[in-house]
Amino acid sequence: MTAWEAVIGIETHVELSTKSKMFCGCPADIPDEPNTACCPVCLALPGSLPVPNVKAIEGIVTIGTALGCTINESSLFYRKNYFYPDLPKNYQISQYTFPVCEFGSLIVEVQGEPTVVGITRVHMEEDTGRSTHVGEGGGRIQDAEHTLLDFNRAGVPLVEVVTEPDIRSAEQARAYGAELQRIVLALGVSDAKLEAGSMRFDANVSVRHVGTEELGTRTETKNVNSLRSLQRAIEFEIDRQIAVLEDGGSITQETRHWNEDKGVTLSMRSKEESEDYRYFQDPDLLPLEVSDEWQSLVRESLPELPAAKRARFRAAGVEAETAELLADNLELASLFEAAVSGDTNGKLIGNWLTGEVVAHARRENMLVSDSALTGSHLSDLAEMVEEGKLSSSAAKEVLNAAMDGDGSPRDVADARDLLQMSDAGEIEAAVDTVLAENPDAVAKIAQGDSKPIAFLMGQVMRHTGGKADPSIVQRVLKDKTAGDA
Amino acid sequence: MTDLADLTIVAAGRGLRSGEFSSVDLLDAVTRRASITEAQLHAYLTLDKKGARSAAEAADAAFADGKDVGPLQGIPIALKDNMCTIGVETTAASQMLAGWKPPYDATVVRRLKDAGAVVTGKTNLDEFAMGSSTENSAFGETRNPWNPDFVPGGSSGGSAAAVAVGSAFGAFGSDTGGSIRQPAALCGVVGMKPTYGLVSRYGLIAFASSLDQIGPFARSVEDSATLLDAIAGWDRFDSTSIDGAVPNFSGSLDGGVGGLRIGIVSDLMGEGIDTQVRGAVSGMADKLSEAGAEVVEVGLPSTEFALSAYYLIAPAECSSNLARFDGVRYGHRSNVEGTTEDMMSHTRAEGFGPEVIRRILLGTYALSAGYYDAFYGQAQRVRTLVRRDFASAYEKVDVLISPTSPTTAFPVGERSADPIAMYYSDVCTIPSNLSGEPAISVPIGLDDKGLPIGFQVMAPSLGEELMYRVAAAVESISEFTKRAPLASSEVVAP
Repeated sequence: MTAWEAVIGIETHVELSTKSKMFCGCPADIPDEPNTACCPVCLALPGSLPVPNVKAIEGIVTIGTALGCTINESSLFYRKNYFYPDLPKNYQISQYTFPVCEFGSLIVEVQGEPTVVGITRVHMEEDTGRSTHVGEGGGRIQDAEHTLLDFNRAGVPLVEVVTEPDIRSAEQARAYGAELQRIVLALGVSDAKLEAGSMRFDANVSVRHVGTEELGTRTETKNVNSLRSLQRAIEFEIDRQIAVLEDGGSITQETRHWNEDKGVTLSMRSKEESEDYRYFQDPDLLPLEVSDEWQSLVRESLPELPAAKRARFRAAGVEAETAELLADNLELASLFEAAVSGDTNGKLIGNWLTGEVVAHARRENMLVSDSALTGSHLSDLAEMVEEGKLSSSAAKEVLNAAMDGDGSPRDVADARDLLQMSDAGEIEAAVDTVLAENPDAVAKIAQGDSKPIAFLMGQVMRHTGGKADPSIVQRVLKDKTAGDA
Repeated sequence: MTDLADLTIVAAGRGLRSGEFSSVDLLDAVTRRASITEAQLHAYLTLDKKGARSAAEAADAAFADGKDVGPLQGIPIALKDNMCTIGVETTAASQMLAGWKPPYDATVVRRLKDAGAVVTGKTNLDEFAMGSSTENSAFGETRNPWNPDFVPGGSSGGSAAAVAVGSAFGAFGSDTGGSIRQPAALCGVVGMKPTYGLVSRYGLIAFASSLDQIGPFARSVEDSATLLDAIAGWDRFDSTSIDGAVPNFSGSLDGGVGGLRIGIVSDLMGEGIDTQVRGAVSGMADKLSEAGAEVVEVGLPSTEFALSAYYLIAPAECSSNLARFDGVRYGHRSNVEGTTEDMMSHTRAEGFGPEVIRRILLGTYALSAGYYDAFYGQAQRVRTLVRRDFASAYEKVDVLISPTSPTTAFPVGERSADPIAMYYSDVCTIPSNLSGEPAISVPIGLDDKGLPIGFQVMAPSLGEELMYRVAAAVESISEFTKRAPLASSEVVAP
């Protein structure tokens, strides 16, 4: 029996955080009170017409540029026709042929293994309203007694990012989702909150035997609202499909719904209906022109993307995993950038930031950005550790104190008498004194017994009040006893 | 003494400014006229007596204060009932919208109000502007003011009839395939469709978005241009409206036709065109030639397919535009027991009339997977050919002329059972909608049944000034001054 292989494509909807909706002046920041951010246009009153939001176009061009897409100089709006109560016009303004962006790609890494995921298209559309199904069925439309409609979300600008079926595992899918979310956040075009639905994934999954070219019948899984459920839903769907096929059954092309509680995907429609959206170019909207000038303006103002940021952190000495954590956290990343320059110990600072700093902030229930910690605190601290003036445990104490606002690391280390003796001359003098006081031990060492070295180390530390840098003490001791032999 | 209701807008404006009479006097005159004609004519669906009165009083107060915002100040104007008027019932002559009062004004309505116009009320139409006779109204048909046994044309039959009888000084309609020009021709008034995008569609209940344009009805070419002046120009609420300088149309009427090259469209002068209509149009062409124009025959060969293309494009767009009428947010809602889906489908079955349902079905079919290319795609290609035909014609001539309608008014009920015969009423007007270019119908005489004949002048995109110049010449040559019999004050409701 040949092994199975999964073929996965992801469609991601991203709500843009523009001031106003896609085709009218209503606020896109959705208020809680239902139906308070609506007007004739987003309620589809007779006679109303859509006018495109330039900021939303800028948003999608920014996303497309970041994904390395070709930006179409002229793209078209289409109507996607279907009846649903929370879709006010009973058609959605979307794109079909000639979307704003096409032919991009995104590199995702799973355990250091990079995969190029092709981006088929990035297109502009509008969101629907929200239906709340009330009744015994626990929110399912089939069992609802009645449905409440809120049109506040209707018309919020929505960008859809569609991949090629290039993804081969649930882990890759998750990595893709995470990387896309990072990019969108870095671009500042959306709050990309999965749990709030401002970023949503649909997973197209099929399986086939390894080595075959032909694609299997696919299902589309919706209602995936975390990266973890994206991975779980795809894992479930792959296993389900393989089980069906190995059992001699066939896969139905259908839309499925991820049930988070039960950890299963369920068929959404009792009977299979093939949807015919009757796409046609929206006669209310002219072709959307994105000039070369506009494109280069967007390109020039593109912020550094997460992958570039991670690479930069790694180049500064940070380990891969830490670099990812740092790049994902704006406040940690900016502290890192403020601290690290030239030959500063990037690895040390990266570890502190993602380790002790985050841990201390959590213990003290504060935000890292609210702490007193600065970049120069971190670079000073690293320097002190490098010079052997501070032990690693003392460094943690100083770091906590600096976060709490007790002063700069040097001041804290001074005040708390935490500085190590790292001056070789001072340490040598102390060693000489101890050696002179313990001729027996010295003699034993000379005879080849290395045990007394530990005893002598303890004596030196006691002599220096515990402030000598143990590594230097050890080195000096070894030098001196060996020299005597 | 002339009844004030029979004055042109320009003459009424002079009287208002000389203090001869007030806006309230004008409103009283059209209201009186309506009270005589409405029982037979049924041009209006809603007479906004209260709103009109306060607007007329406001206009008079403005005049008294020395404020004058332009030639429409204080002039009673009617609106087709598919233009949204804040707080005033707007139905599109459909049960679907019976009782619906919009919370906003269409851009055209706002501009008219800003220009000081007095909105008399809302006029009858074929439901959702789908028809050529105003018989498809859910609230009863409108009759022809020249003979109430005949239709007024459509779909803007109410506006055409109101202007013809003097129950409004001017009116606005919408023209998707001839819905202004054809009823203007059948009612003996001037009806004009602007270049697509010259006038905002915001607040016009859409029938077919790529074809719909609002335009004026008037009793003279000068009035028509005056009405267009008030509404033309870019609107930020309609992204298909043209952003550019707008000429002063009412100042573009002089100059005559001397030296102009005028093309008479041979494809619209043959079979299917009533001989009397054809004769009248040829006669006028000869007179234009005598007046110094060079009149030549020009072909528009793709007009043969224009009608079929139109009856795919318009229904396709309408099937999508009318999807919003689902009983969820406004308008009629079915009481049927069942699911939301049941409610929506019953609402639509109950709320729409048969012609609207026919076109929705036709359009849904034309856009379906597997049929799109053969129907909608093919129709779009024909549309391109029509545009090319016009473009090559305008390389040879300045304007084109033709009949507006293949026949004069037809009897009520004659074509209602035969959609194809009804659709053919628009054969001369549809090409200009497909090309998006301006066209005007000017009355030039009566046939032997005493019914008006309309003469169409077409011009290239944004060629309204030239179009008006020729229309003014046609008007002055024809000396068509007869008034519809129903306009006579002696007519009493039966």
